Amino acid sequence: MNDRLAGIKQEILNGIDQLAASRAAAFELRKQFLDSKTGKIGQLMKEMKNIAPEERAAFGKNINELKDWAQQKFSELDEKLKARELERRYESEKIDVTMPARETETGNLHPVTQIRNQLMDIFVGMGFEVAETREIENDYYNFEALNIPKDHPARDMQDTFYLSPEYLLATQTSGAQIHTMEKKKPPIKIVAAPGKVFRSDDDATHSPMFHQMEGLVVDERITMCDLKGMLELFAKKIFGEDTTTRLRPSYFPFTEPSVEVDVSCFSCGGKGCRLCKGTGWIELLGAGIVNRRVLENCGIDSEKYSGLAFGIGLDRAAMLKYGINNVKLLFESDLRVLRQINDN
Amino acid sequence: MLVPLSWLKDYVDIDITPQELEKKLFSCGFEVEELTEVGKEISKVVVGSVEECEPIPETHLHVCRVNAGSHGVFQICCGADNVRAGGKFPVALVGATVYMTAKDHKTVEGTMTIKKGKLRGYESEGMLCSGVELGVSESMFPGAGYNGLLELPEDAETGADVKPMLGLDDWIFDISITANRPDCQSILGIAREVAAVLDKELKQPSLEYTETEAEKEGFSVTVDAPDLCPRYIGHFVYDVKIGESPLWMKRRLALVGQDAISNIVDITNYVLLEMGQPMHAFDCDYLEGNAINVRRAGEEEKLVTLDAQEYTLNSSHLVICDGVKPVALAGVMGGLNSEIRDTTTEVLFESAKFMRDNIRRTSRALGKRTDASARYEKGVDEYTTVHAMERALHLVEELGCGKVSRTHVDVNTGNSIEPREMKASVRKVNDVLGIDVPQNEILRIMKNLDFNPSVAGDELTLQVPAYREDMDSYPDVAEEVIRMYGYDHVVPAFMPDAKVTMGGLDLKQKRELKLKRALCSAGAYECIHYSFFSPSDLDLLRLPQEAPERNAIPILNPINEELSLMRTTLAASMLNAIARNQKKGNLEGRLFEMGNVFVPEELPLNSYPDERDTLCIGIFGEKESFFTLKGLAEKTAETLFLDFSYEPVKKPFLHPYQAAAVFCQGKEVGYLGKAAYEVCEKLDLRTGAYILEMDLKALYAMRERAASFTPLPKFPEESRDLALVMDRKVTCGQVEDIMKKSCSHIRSIKLFDVYEGEQIPEDKRSMAFTIDFVPGEEAFEPDTVDRFVKKILKNLKNQLDIDLRS
Repeated sequence: MNDRLAGIKQEILNGIDQLAASRAAAFELRKQFLDSKTGKIGQLMKEMKNIAPEERAAFGKNINELKDWAQQKFSELDEKLKARELERRYESEKIDVTMPARETETGNLHPVTQIRNQLMDIFVGMGFEVAETREIENDYYNFEALNIPKDHPARDMQDTFYLSPEYLLATQTSGAQIHTMEKKKPPIKIVAAPGKVFRSDDDATHSPMFHQMEGLVVDERITMCDLKGMLELFAKKIFGEDTTTRLRPSYFPFTEPSVEVDVSCFSCGGKGCRLCKGTGWIELLGAGIVNRRVLENCGIDSEKYSGLAFGIGLDRAAMLKYGINNVKLLFESDLRVLRQINDN
Repeated sequence: MLVPLSWLKDYVDIDITPQELEKKLFSCGFEVEELTEVGKEISKVVVGSVEECEPIPETHLHVCRVNAGSHGVFQICCGADNVRAGGKFPVALVGATVYMTAKDHKTVEGTMTIKKGKLRGYESEGMLCSGVELGVSESMFPGAGYNGLLELPEDAETGADVKPMLGLDDWIFDISITANRPDCQSILGIAREVAAVLDKELKQPSLEYTETEAEKEGFSVTVDAPDLCPRYIGHFVYDVKIGESPLWMKRRLALVGQDAISNIVDITNYVLLEMGQPMHAFDCDYLEGNAINVRRAGEEEKLVTLDAQEYTLNSSHLVICDGVKPVALAGVMGGLNSEIRDTTTEVLFESAKFMRDNIRRTSRALGKRTDASARYEKGVDEYTTVHAMERALHLVEELGCGKVSRTHVDVNTGNSIEPREMKASVRKVNDVLGIDVPQNEILRIMKNLDFNPSVAGDELTLQVPAYREDMDSYPDVAEEVIRMYGYDHVVPAFMPDAKVTMGGLDLKQKRELKLKRALCSAGAYECIHYSFFSPSDLDLLRLPQEAPERNAIPILNPINEELSLMRTTLAASMLNAIARNQKKGNLEGRLFEMGNVFVPEELPLNSYPDERDTLCIGIFGEKESFFTLKGLAEKTAETLFLDFSYEPVKKPFLHPYQAAAVFCQGKEVGYLGKAAYEVCEKLDLRTGAYILEMDLKALYAMRERAASFTPLPKFPEESRDLALVMDRKVTCGQVEDIMKKSCSHIRSIKLFDVYEGEQIPEDKRSMAFTIDFVPGEEAFEPDTVDRFVKKILKNLKNQLDIDLRS
């Protein structure tokens, strides 16, 4: 009897050895031995009645052992075949990962919009609201109210496009200062956007349309120190924590004192390079303490309140930050350019 | 403005390097745009004494023995015709750099380094130089213009560097002057600032002269236009001997690029440069009527200026006239009729203040810019007007080119040139800056700037020099103080006293940004185009004459016609952008722009026009179609929480059968469609292009769908597919409309197939829809949805004769 058990065992081992690598064949083989009705091991159980009663217990035990052993064997086999099958499936799905990606193109904001958004985020974080700028202004808002009377040479600094004797294309976003101060009383903290401005200048480095962002703070006791502190903070956020700023005297009719704000060159860190023309500094924006006459023109008490104002050239900032070498590229909508600047 | 260092040194002791001075100027508000070393290209050129000079047979050359002092004695071959033994000439030693000239010996063609050489078998160690080879002109050094060797004076020290004696050891500062400091449009003005920043004394140029008893009898000056000429000073000079100016004067003029003309004319130019006051000299022989009259020009009055240009004037121009006729265009240029000639013996010097605006207008209107007009446009002060005349008369005496009469006429409006008193609170000055500048520093700075300050308690009293017309109030004082004290003293702070404010974008700004981002995520790139366009763009769009887009605001002074109208549509710029991309090989892509179109109330403009926010999308390439563009329209609607509907429309620049008007809440808000083939052809487009334009201002004003939650259905939804057969004229929109109106339980209707052809009658087509039905408070009964469908089909049949496809 035990020989028969050993024979079945050998039969199973042989069967597994000769088995083709298919789970279906393995299942069939398993059925031959382990099917509860037709399996060879099950058949042995039926012979129990022919066994002497005193041997039945040992016989049953042996069969059960055989059954356990066989089950174990077949489940190992199945595991092995399953693994092999999966391996084959993986192999069949092999791809060349160096082939190009399937396009899921996402567009970009315009580089000027990207810079503007970054600036707005910073200033909004500082408690600034965003005021709107006009593209078409009248003489009063663009010039007169900003302390640039008709005969002022500062008008020459800006070649103005005129639409009529009184109306013109904004040459600067500073008109937004006046519109704001006419509507709001201090405390005022605004930046103005989108800031399209125009000057009759069209050459390799000038575009007749460009963008500024104007900033204005009016409150009690606003000083040059606040101007420096605020712009320094801003410069660090845009150009990196190591950036330092420098104020130097300048002139704008609507601020007094007026300054140019330079930042340490973010390309060379101030050592001097081509970007900063060897000076270590990059001219970033114009700013100053709001001229008292401008406050008075808007009905704000200049004895009580003072203000600071600044204007940033966005196109220039974008060109500096992204290394765009020609201002005209910003307005040509060449996809080869637009696809590159992804700092959204 | 060009400022030679040597000239500055006349007025200030400068004991720092030019580079250090550049930094000092920069820190106090005078940016040096360029610092140029005059003799930068010239090195190792010394005084050579020719000891022997023998002709080389059958050539024009000489072989010379040249003593270069401590540098040695060299044999040098020389081809110049004025080389001679006993002469002293500049000698470029081996290794020297000088200018290289063309065959004409006059044109500079770069620089060269002198090497040992051999000419006709003779060794040559060095080169004797001409003026051109050293970059020295006749006005820099007499004889330098000769086409041969530059002959040096006999007493020149052999072996000494030639640069100092030729004026080549100088530096030129090109300084940009801000518009508030017209008083610095001169060497003296800059010298004042340099003296202040260096804590040095300013040495005033000499203004002394001696008046003789002579006078020009009966001579009178009248100013008929005091509003344009608040001050006019004339002084008569006689016994004039016209000749060349001395070397020092010619050299200074040359350094700033001014040609020497004659002593009298050079004096006027010199004073302009030195003091910033334009001057003029009239030849009295050609002044008629023994009088000067300053008046507005008559209509059509003519004047020929010094440069022989004739101008037809009108009453907006100011002219200087003698007793009979105009003799100068005030503040711009003298008249040819009274110019200084070699024969001139009597001169009337003019020093005047003309109003800057008038000079600017005249200069612009006539297209004539001169050094004088440039100064006047920025503003000339009367202080300088007075002193410049004194300086000119002093120079006449110094040069010995004439005698100063006692005929001095000064017509003025009573303005004082004495300092005016100004008071300012020290605390307020410091409050502007946010730091406490020590009082003694404030006093030191203001004293250096010639404000003669004093302080009592908090009150600072200043004597403002008459040339500082910009000084008005305490912030101006703050500016003077800080630019001299140094901006590096300003300590960064962050508004410690300011009230807290709520920052943020308003709703419109947020929606705009959200829409931009949504379009980007749909693969579109944002563009920015100029706000102006060309009349030809309107033609590109094939817009008829009466189209509202043709009512564009013109720019009165455009750069060119291409940029002469304010945009009334963004479509043309977008189509042009697509064309540019295709020319560069970008054959597919998606672009969008959000910008303004300008709608005037009336023309010419006398009120603000409507600056209307507008969206334009342009897509092109094989993958694009009307429906991909419509997808972007729907994206726009979805982003703005709005619903759009579409109706076929005709636009002259769009495909007649692939264009739709877009409606929102009953209002037409834009269009989308395929660019017409005529447009594509004009732009040489290689693929189809699709354009959308929408009035964002109108959309922003629309009531947006509230962001709210509808509870999920408690009971299962059901859906049905319906294939319908209809007349080809019936639109999908019409079918959907009827469906929606037929049943309130419809959640969505989706077209999934359109078919024309076999099994469908010829004039018909089939559309297949999936309709999702959503139950309300109760679950659908088994036949509920079938009843809905029956009703829908009935309505479709009744209204549009639509059948279920069998």
